[in-house]
Amino acid sequence: MQVPAKFEYERADSVPHAIELLERYGPDARIVAGGHSLIPMMKLRLAQPEALIDINGLAELGRIAVEGDELAIGALVRHAELLDSTTATNLFPIFRDAERVIADPIVRNRGTVGGSLCQGDPSEDLSAVFSALRATAVIQGPGGTRTVPLREFHRGPYETAVAENELLIQLRVPIAPGTGSAYEKVERRVGDWPVAATGAVITVRDGVIAQAGIGLTAVGAEHFCAPEAEEFLRGKAPGEETFAEAARIAAEHCEPHADQRGPADFKRHLAGELTKRALTRANLNVAGSATDPNVAGSATDPNVAGSATEGRI
Amino acid sequence: MSYGPMHRKEDARFIRGRGNYTDDVRLPGMLYGAVLRSPHAHARVVSIDTSAAEALPKVKAVITGQTLAGLGLAWMPTLSQDTQAVLATDKVRFQGQEVAFVVAEDAYSARDALELIDVEYEPLDAVIDARKALDENAPVIRDDLEGRANNHIFDWDAGDRARTDALFEQADVTVAQDMLYPRVHPAPLETCGAVADFDKVTGKLTIWCPTQAPHAHRTLYAMVAGLPEHKIRVISPDIGGGFGGKVGIYPGYVCAIVGSIVTGRPVKWMEDRSENLMSTAFARDYHMHGEIAATRDGKIQAIRVKVLADHGAFNGTAQPTKFPAGFFHVFSGSYDIEAAHCEVTGVYTNKAPGGVAYACSFRVTEAVYLVERMVDVLAAELNMDPADLRMRNLLKPEQFPYHSPTGWEYDSGDYPRALRLAMDMIGYDKLRAEQADKRARGELMGIGVSFFTEAVGAGPRKHMDILGLGMADGAELRVHPTGKAVLRVSCQSQGQGHETTFAQIVGQELGIPADDVEVVHGDTDQTPFGLGTYGSRSTPVSGAATAIVARKVRDRAKIVAAAMLEAAPDDLEWADGKWSVVGDPATGKSMAEIALAAHSNLELPEGVEGHLDAVTVYNPPNLTYPFGAYICVVDLDPGTGQVKVRRFVAVDDCGVRINPMIVEGQIHGGLADGVGMALMQVMAFDEDGNHLGASFMDYLLPTSMECPSWELGETVTPSPTHPIGAKGVGESATVGSPAAVVNAVIDALGPYGVRHADMPLTPANVWRVINGDPFRTDLAIP
Repeated sequence: MQVPAKFEYERADSVPHAIELLERYGPDARIVAGGHSLIPMMKLRLAQPEALIDINGLAELGRIAVEGDELAIGALVRHAELLDSTTATNLFPIFRDAERVIADPIVRNRGTVGGSLCQGDPSEDLSAVFSALRATAVIQGPGGTRTVPLREFHRGPYETAVAENELLIQLRVPIAPGTGSAYEKVERRVGDWPVAATGAVITVRDGVIAQAGIGLTAVGAEHFCAPEAEEFLRGKAPGEETFAEAARIAAEHCEPHADQRGPADFKRHLAGELTKRALTRANLNVAGSATDPNVAGSATDPNVAGSATEGRI
Repeated sequence: MSYGPMHRKEDARFIRGRGNYTDDVRLPGMLYGAVLRSPHAHARVVSIDTSAAEALPKVKAVITGQTLAGLGLAWMPTLSQDTQAVLATDKVRFQGQEVAFVVAEDAYSARDALELIDVEYEPLDAVIDARKALDENAPVIRDDLEGRANNHIFDWDAGDRARTDALFEQADVTVAQDMLYPRVHPAPLETCGAVADFDKVTGKLTIWCPTQAPHAHRTLYAMVAGLPEHKIRVISPDIGGGFGGKVGIYPGYVCAIVGSIVTGRPVKWMEDRSENLMSTAFARDYHMHGEIAATRDGKIQAIRVKVLADHGAFNGTAQPTKFPAGFFHVFSGSYDIEAAHCEVTGVYTNKAPGGVAYACSFRVTEAVYLVERMVDVLAAELNMDPADLRMRNLLKPEQFPYHSPTGWEYDSGDYPRALRLAMDMIGYDKLRAEQADKRARGELMGIGVSFFTEAVGAGPRKHMDILGLGMADGAELRVHPTGKAVLRVSCQSQGQGHETTFAQIVGQELGIPADDVEVVHGDTDQTPFGLGTYGSRSTPVSGAATAIVARKVRDRAKIVAAAMLEAAPDDLEWADGKWSVVGDPATGKSMAEIALAAHSNLELPEGVEGHLDAVTVYNPPNLTYPFGAYICVVDLDPGTGQVKVRRFVAVDDCGVRINPMIVEGQIHGGLADGVGMALMQVMAFDEDGNHLGASFMDYLLPTSMECPSWELGETVTPSPTHPIGAKGVGESATVGSPAAVVNAVIDALGPYGVRHADMPLTPANVWRVINGDPFRTDLAIP
């Protein structure tokens, strides 16, 4: 029987309260949201926090809404809520692609967006997704809030920019017209962590790629992105050969390590193969293009029935 | 041909969460145990300091190998005439091995105390790769055994070597292939555990434990611990899956018993998931080299195999004594082959003991995988369709009973009919045409065929025993005055639905509803002796005992009915579930009427005792031989190495089906197992002996998403030796399906010239195979 070591439990009733509790308990306190990484680690006694600060009551962190030219996603939004949010998935089909293949429905019902990012696992799907989207993290501490670009958020495996007395409260994703996105993942079995996965976001203006975002996970890509491949794509017309070359560049610049999911050469191969596939699909769902059945407005997809301005809690 | 579908009587309690599993047992004053395990695969135990753990409040006892040595219990016998450490005294020999046992007031304190036990280890080089276990300079794992200077356990062979070799020398065509059936684990949802309660006043020891063989456990405890057998009661309550992993006695059980004896209070110990995966019975781990000799036109003449068997640190394989490789020598499979020979060498490695588990039918799984892969390798060599090649070589119905070249007597079968049915169901020719079209477009799909013959229902006493205990099963049947019945059997359901199917057998034999029959099992104080449920033996052995004991009751009922009808017993006939005067159905007496009469003042003939109860012991005259034809269709993405099982047709012949609904459920589960083994499951180890599959994050069980909608077919060839013609089915699908999936994947990879790849066929493995650079699936991926 797996049982955790002894710990204190506190329930935060506001963000300032959570921060106050973090300050009171110091570095051995941990925030618990969905608990799907932390609790198993505690049961295995790989983590033995002195105190858990439960933020599950903080409804203000559970919203998804368009605010100006950004999509705001609360840190406490559950995976299942992001998957169900047509606001988010219509703007960025990459969310639907990724959330459908993150863990399983039971985990998605509990696990949170913020928790996934703060865990900082080098194989985390959403890290690649938000990196591809060039999102910004909003972090609150005793002195107020600050923002950190997602591409500066991860400081290494299981290390993030969030200080011991701070809380990630929101992700903000820039919305640009003419944007398409997609996510491709290879896993050994449904619900497994990726062997490798790639997210692609491209914004096309006047027939050329104005900006590209490529997110890579589980392949040792720094900050979960592929800047050299993104740079290559800028200003080029989308197309098979262009995507293939970008994929080659992305694969070349990652640093995968062998584990039981696969050897390094296979992961590097996947980084390229999946980048190519994700770019191809992202290009198909660039707003205005009607060739992708997943794109917003398709009458056959039950997932895209909602209003684009809905807010969710 | 069946007794009809019937919802399982067990389901009401399972669906409502009202089952009673070992972990549900709570006794007054019960304490909790936890096991400290070795972090090393191979190390000398220099010292163990338990003082800090003992000082922890709520800790009642800390037991080490030294404590057990004082009781003569530091080592225990295994099911294969070896010994196994209960708690390590001299060395640890695999990662996860039991080192100390803490008993505390609650599970939290027990777990806290483990961290306070200070063990000093001196790490030793480990033997991880079985292929290096017999190297001259390999570290000797079992230096505890008198005179043991290497890691060799046994050499064993079967079949006719000279005749086989002669056929190989003359053959037109020979093919050879190395293949690994990697180490896997049955991973039942319920882990192992025990509640031990030693009553100092009565001297009675009661053990609740999810054992598949409660009677064997009781006898072994009596033999090992010196406790009188009538003072030991083993209760196997509801079990959440066994698959052979719950046959043996684990060190934790012994520790719980010692803990109860030492503290005078009941002790519960339940292992966690990682403990279960790391330390309980693994399955397979056969490194095989197969060869087939054939004529140019595809007649298989001979087959020979060399196996290196990795048995882990202690030879704890659960199998009949005479057969150190289980029933592997049934590897000539379903084919008419002139001669066959196999050699098996067992070796020790620094891994957990076990070897026979995961619904393997005593290693028929390995045998079927070997021959079915080899036939496909031959088909590739001869450029023949694998289904045609099988059809050409399958045994013909008129050849039964068939004496195989390695000594088996297959009881009955119509193999070509089963394969034809499977091919018709799946639309074999159409699929081959589709495959040709797709290949022309560069798309990969594969069609895999597997044909298996099982050997189950161990077994005839003259051939089969486990530690000297013959493999016959008892059964007792009591009929109450109102005609309701209680059947007591020795085998133990782990999900097979015995409470339903055995009630159906009794109901059928006595002409009463199955709902009127209560099946009692799993409690040694309540049931007759027998060897338990594994190797698909429950229906072949205990099911036969059930039919026979019911017939004994029916024969007694005949005498009573004759007295009731004032007729001679010889003038009665059994028709429509009643005894009646021949030709006069109106006189029919039902079992309820007869039972009441049997308990009444009705005058019975001289020497007839009254009542209807009966007892029997069934010693099977032969094994039973279920068989089947499986066809799998996969689609393969060469860019990612991902395999999708598109379709799977399974035609099973398990003789007469008692409850077709349960049979189909068993087959569904086994097919999912097969997909899991073929595509994702493996327990690999790094060079230091770290277990790389010690949680469900790393050891993957298939989900519904990896399984197609199973398409089942059946043929029925009743067993000629079983009283109701049943053959057993629990393991058929697990035995037959991995080869079908692997054959389909290899078939898909035909354009790359691939003839073989080892399981599991993960995306990484498939991609490396395509690129001609496969890795060892049983070791850390480099």
